[in-house]
Amino acid sequence: MILSLFISGGAFSQETVYPAKDYKGLLFIKNATIHIGNGQVVENGTIKVSNGKIEQVGTNIAIPADDVKVFDAKGGHVYPGLILPVTDLGLKEIGSGVRGSNDYAELGDNNANIHALYAYNTDSKIINVLKANGILLAGVTPQGGTISGASSVVQLDAWNWEDAAYKKDNAIHINLPDFIYRPSPYAAFLGVQQRKADEVLKEAEEKAEEIKAFFREAKAYLQQSSHADVNLKFEAVKGLFDKSQKLFVHGDQVRQMLVAVDFVKEFGFNVVIVGGSESFQIAGLLKQNNIAVVLNSLHALPSTEDDDVDQPFKTPAVLQKAGVLFALSDDNGETRYRNLPFDAGTAVAYGLTKEQALQALTLNSAKILGIDNVTGSLEPGKDANIIISEGDILDMRTSIVTQAFIQGRQVDLNNKQKQLYERYKYKYGL
Amino acid sequence: MKKWRLLFLGACFSTMLHAQETFPENGVADKREGVYAFTNATIVKDAATVVQNATLLIKDGKIVAVGANISVPQNAVVTDCRGKYIYPSFIDIYSDYGIPAPERAARGFDYRAPAQLVSNQKGAYGWNQAIRTDIQGSRLFAPDQSKAKTLRDIGFGTVLTHQKDGIARGTGVLVTLADERANLVVLKDKASAHYSFSKGVSTQSYPTSMMGSIALLRQTYLDARWYKSNPAAEGSNLTLKYWNEQQDLPQVFEANDKWNALRADRIGDEFGVQYIIKAGGNEYQRLDEIAATKATYILTLNYPMAKDVEDPNEARFVSLADMKHWEMAPAEAGMFEKKNIPFCISPADLKDVKQFMANLRKAITYGLSENKALDALTKMPATVLGVYDKVGSLDAGKVASFIISSGPVFNEKTVILQNWVGGKKYAVKDEEWKSVDGSYNLAVTGAGATTSYALEISGGKANIISGDTLKAKFSYDGKIVQISFPQAKKAQSSLRLSGVANADIWQGAGLDTAGNTVTWTASFVKAVAAEKEKDKTKPTPELGKITYPFDGYGWEKLPTQETVLFKNATVWTNEKEGRLEATDVLVKAGKISAIGKNLSASGAKTVDATGKFLTAGIIDEHSHIAAASINEGAQSVTSEVRIADNLDPDDIDIYRQLSGGVTSSHILHGSANTIGGQTQLIKLRWGVTDSALKFQGADPFIKFALGENVKRTTSSNNNRFPDTRMGVEQVLTDAFQRASDYQKRMAADSKGTRRDLELDALVEIMNRKRFITCHSYVQTEITYTMRVAEKYGFKVNTFTHILEGYKVADKMKEHGASVSTFSDWWAYKTEVQDAIAYNAAIMQKVGLNVCINSDDAEQARRLNQEAAKSVKYGGMSEEDAFKMVTLNPAKALHVDDKVGSIKVGKDADLVLWSDNPLSIYAVAEKTMVDGIFYFDRERDLQLRQQIKTERARLINKMLGEKKGGGPVGPATPSFRHVNSCGENDHHNGLITVGNDEGIM
Repeated sequence: MILSLFISGGAFSQETVYPAKDYKGLLFIKNATIHIGNGQVVENGTIKVSNGKIEQVGTNIAIPADDVKVFDAKGGHVYPGLILPVTDLGLKEIGSGVRGSNDYAELGDNNANIHALYAYNTDSKIINVLKANGILLAGVTPQGGTISGASSVVQLDAWNWEDAAYKKDNAIHINLPDFIYRPSPYAAFLGVQQRKADEVLKEAEEKAEEIKAFFREAKAYLQQSSHADVNLKFEAVKGLFDKSQKLFVHGDQVRQMLVAVDFVKEFGFNVVIVGGSESFQIAGLLKQNNIAVVLNSLHALPSTEDDDVDQPFKTPAVLQKAGVLFALSDDNGETRYRNLPFDAGTAVAYGLTKEQALQALTLNSAKILGIDNVTGSLEPGKDANIIISEGDILDMRTSIVTQAFIQGRQVDLNNKQKQLYERYKYKYGL
Repeated sequence: MKKWRLLFLGACFSTMLHAQETFPENGVADKREGVYAFTNATIVKDAATVVQNATLLIKDGKIVAVGANISVPQNAVVTDCRGKYIYPSFIDIYSDYGIPAPERAARGFDYRAPAQLVSNQKGAYGWNQAIRTDIQGSRLFAPDQSKAKTLRDIGFGTVLTHQKDGIARGTGVLVTLADERANLVVLKDKASAHYSFSKGVSTQSYPTSMMGSIALLRQTYLDARWYKSNPAAEGSNLTLKYWNEQQDLPQVFEANDKWNALRADRIGDEFGVQYIIKAGGNEYQRLDEIAATKATYILTLNYPMAKDVEDPNEARFVSLADMKHWEMAPAEAGMFEKKNIPFCISPADLKDVKQFMANLRKAITYGLSENKALDALTKMPATVLGVYDKVGSLDAGKVASFIISSGPVFNEKTVILQNWVGGKKYAVKDEEWKSVDGSYNLAVTGAGATTSYALEISGGKANIISGDTLKAKFSYDGKIVQISFPQAKKAQSSLRLSGVANADIWQGAGLDTAGNTVTWTASFVKAVAAEKEKDKTKPTPELGKITYPFDGYGWEKLPTQETVLFKNATVWTNEKEGRLEATDVLVKAGKISAIGKNLSASGAKTVDATGKFLTAGIIDEHSHIAAASINEGAQSVTSEVRIADNLDPDDIDIYRQLSGGVTSSHILHGSANTIGGQTQLIKLRWGVTDSALKFQGADPFIKFALGENVKRTTSSNNNRFPDTRMGVEQVLTDAFQRASDYQKRMAADSKGTRRDLELDALVEIMNRKRFITCHSYVQTEITYTMRVAEKYGFKVNTFTHILEGYKVADKMKEHGASVSTFSDWWAYKTEVQDAIAYNAAIMQKVGLNVCINSDDAEQARRLNQEAAKSVKYGGMSEEDAFKMVTLNPAKALHVDDKVGSIKVGKDADLVLWSDNPLSIYAVAEKTMVDGIFYFDRERDLQLRQQIKTERARLINKMLGEKKGGGPVGPATPSFRHVNSCGENDHHNGLITVGNDEGIM
């Protein structure tokens, strides 16, 4: 059908890939190896979904004869929908050279009052490519400045951002200053004064202090109920104090993470580190302070020449062992996040179990985003965000997603890339 | 007191040894003969000749005689130098003394800014602003007495000075450090010609890279030779004229690094020039190769400072390599001596020249002999400059430049007392000429009464002995004496005396405690017995080991080939046999010698491969590792530049790629311009030298690029043609049209035609002796590039990246190109919006030879997984998929007769995987190149432990240096440069610096 549309001269893009309609009835997925997302696996099991919610998961679930949808996984694997927890998805279409397609970084240093959700473009062509690899939810996150603003969690099958919103303003994002001394190799060349190491460090410390000062003032402001002049920035971080929001601190360096600890100690915030490439060095300390970590670039080179060649690959295992709550994200600008399941696969090759790695894409992510009450695992009562794969989803040899469901709706896994594939198979008669 | 000092110093200025007749005299003529005799000295004529109890006789600025039995003429001023040593003054061969630093324009090259395509220098000069053969040191030179004094104070009397700017730097001038007019200190006007790889203050865009600098030098050698024939069309090119005039001078090349030294030497070899090479201090890390250059080196004793590694968060980013270098750098000169590599020593790179002697002594402590040190400061520089008839030893007829020291000149306690330059005395520490140690009779006269004290002076300290021993304050600067002391212990006020010394009698005036004026005299009574000094020869410090490469993962000794038998592996042959279960593979002399069941070989190292997969090594068709620079982006056509000229075998990413099963990488020029540079296929022989990395016998390739990068899409003010894809097509057509015309002209008149390195490479392409790998994305450009090639009679060997290749797969198939693509990159810029992960599968089904490449040092470690994605996207068979990173790139690179599959007779470039290599769970356990395991996970685990131990040792040593009060600098991270095409912005660690098109 898609093919015929091309031939008839219709645009060969994703305009005909429609968001799925609500489905209120019963839905069963049978004959599957079911990975719950919390570490448990049910062999040869069945999932019963009712009215968009998971009702039952097990091995002896009776399927009524009619008026229900039944999907036979044919011995394949079933997983919770994968979550891309921190991303510019829907905010950044073409990374380089097309300024007009980018809405992910606002001007100014303190944008606590910015909402990423309002710019989230459900028609981004990246989205459907991710769904085809099993990613069904995303934490859409603003960048830039010191306080970037609020992220929201979206589900990836929607007509517009209001429909897409899964949890609005779940977190406030801040970027910590660089604590590494980086003298310019060109200072002499350019005839400028080289900055001193202690000055740079001092400046970073002052910057961190400035962020804390903002939160101190916000706290004082929020203790009063009415104001002659309403401050939108203070109002925007209210959720941090009542813990309806989390503070996502972006940083890789140990010193940055130590500043993050301060936010727990002084303000009692729920703190999540985003980046955390050096987290393996202070895993114990992070655990002590209940700080979670989102590792966003597993497929990276080691930070130093002397580091173990596989250090980034084995960092998840270090965090797992220390009991740190962590999730994986993928911010690769060239593959555009589609390799999230394989980041987890690599973590398995370097120390995690497959179920632990899966959890870092599902239940852990849901916990970190504050949505684990409704999704992240295939447990009764949660939204039916489910994917079916022919084989092990973490290994590209076998990771072929055949069906996906968001809140019980079967989503169309077609996308621009598949359509172009069809178009040229047609050309060459393949 | 000030007056006194001025008068004293004035003695130096009053003589006029050389009168210059053309200059008018203001005042009364004061010609002197300047005859001086220095008697009873230990004279070190040169490093090999010491004469005891000797006399040095000089006249009119020249040495007249040196020896033990010299008769002293009556008109000589005689100085008794008993106990003193006389040496020839040192020569600094690498100075910019008295030459102004050139002014730098506001900023250097930035590819986002408009390009400056030709020189903006006024005059009939050549095209490139970095070739400054017009600079003549003697025209810029003006004596600088404050700098001269600093240099004289550390023993220098002569310097070769030049302007340190540009790739060709013109001539240096040999001058003395005398305080005279420029005319009178010049010993040799054009004494040397100078070169470097750095374009300095040139604002011209070209060159932007190491390879560009090398190409520019090579082309200039060719152009200068051609210019000798007075080609009419060239007009007057003074740059080339001067270049030719300077070729007979000593040629000095500032390399500043071990690999740069080899790069410079290779240029020299090509054009019959032996450079004197200015070193950077890390040459000891590759001593064999340095020795093989046969060059004389200039070592500068500029040792890295210890870093303040107190804070572990900061220490973490200081590399083991940097710490090792800190420890070993002072041993360089000694290692050169042991290896018989000739060298001069210069203070050129020291931030504080006063540190020179201390560093030289450090070099001596670390193994340099004193004789060699002296030689490297005197005879060697004089000899390499061809001026040993003038300076460099104390022999009759030479310039009277010599130092008088209190003892052997390199001893820690020795001070340089005087430095005579051109027959003129410059006091350095004259006050220490004669020790004032001894006991004196001090007589103080006030109000008619005289009080006597016994004064004892020892090592600059004074005591008054009168019942109690009273500590006195004492100072003596060679003339003025100051003494003050209390008249009883714990007295609040002191007797304060000041006066002058005249031989053994001192006298002067002062104030007593009541404020009354007194006069005083002190006369020498007898010497005091000096404390016996212990022999404090410092033991040679213990150092870590040199490894190849010089980092934690290097080898102490390079591994060699051995016979290896892999037992019971799943052998993934890439041949028609397919995957063989439970099979053995025998490796001998670097080749695959047998494949079969139950093989055995005596003396073979057996590897149990049960449950494991043995495959051919991965070949990365598109890589940017292991090179000092990657993009020469200043012009749209730079086919003259060669990656091979600037390979960097120390790049840790070589080791990291090995850990991912890669055995060969095709190192490509970047994508900054349409016709980029010549590429280099390397084998990942971790630890070898730059030239030994090369894949021997492979066909030469060149990188082309199309699309957004070459039209500088991200620049808002590009002025470099082309700015559109239409223009890119014309850059190609024009280049090959010119090459075609050039080839005809060459054939007709090879002598009269200017040899053009840029066009030579294009001619090779047209003659199918060099092959193109072309960075390309969209179907328009892919198609027209094939048409241009066809018009000029060749074909495009490989289209690389080629993300829209699936749209014109049939056309490429017809043309006969191979393709090399990313598995799943897309949407990072406009030209890749239509990129699809099914690209490889479609192209493969259409019948193309398809490769998957990395273009990224990180992704290259997982190319097996990248290949596996075509199983997912497009349903390719596993065997076909794996060929895309092994056999297919071997074919595309024309080396499939040597590598790419497991076949008897092929190179033993093999990988042993823990699992099916297409699985994400597979890990490369051992990686072999030419039958040598360059990566082995077991050895890697040991290295991790060693690195930890060695880091801890060096951190403690640095902390010890800090504790001991030694100089420490901030713990600046050891930044790494990671080259890229310009395509990606991957996470390469916290202390990585990308160099994109570079600002240099």
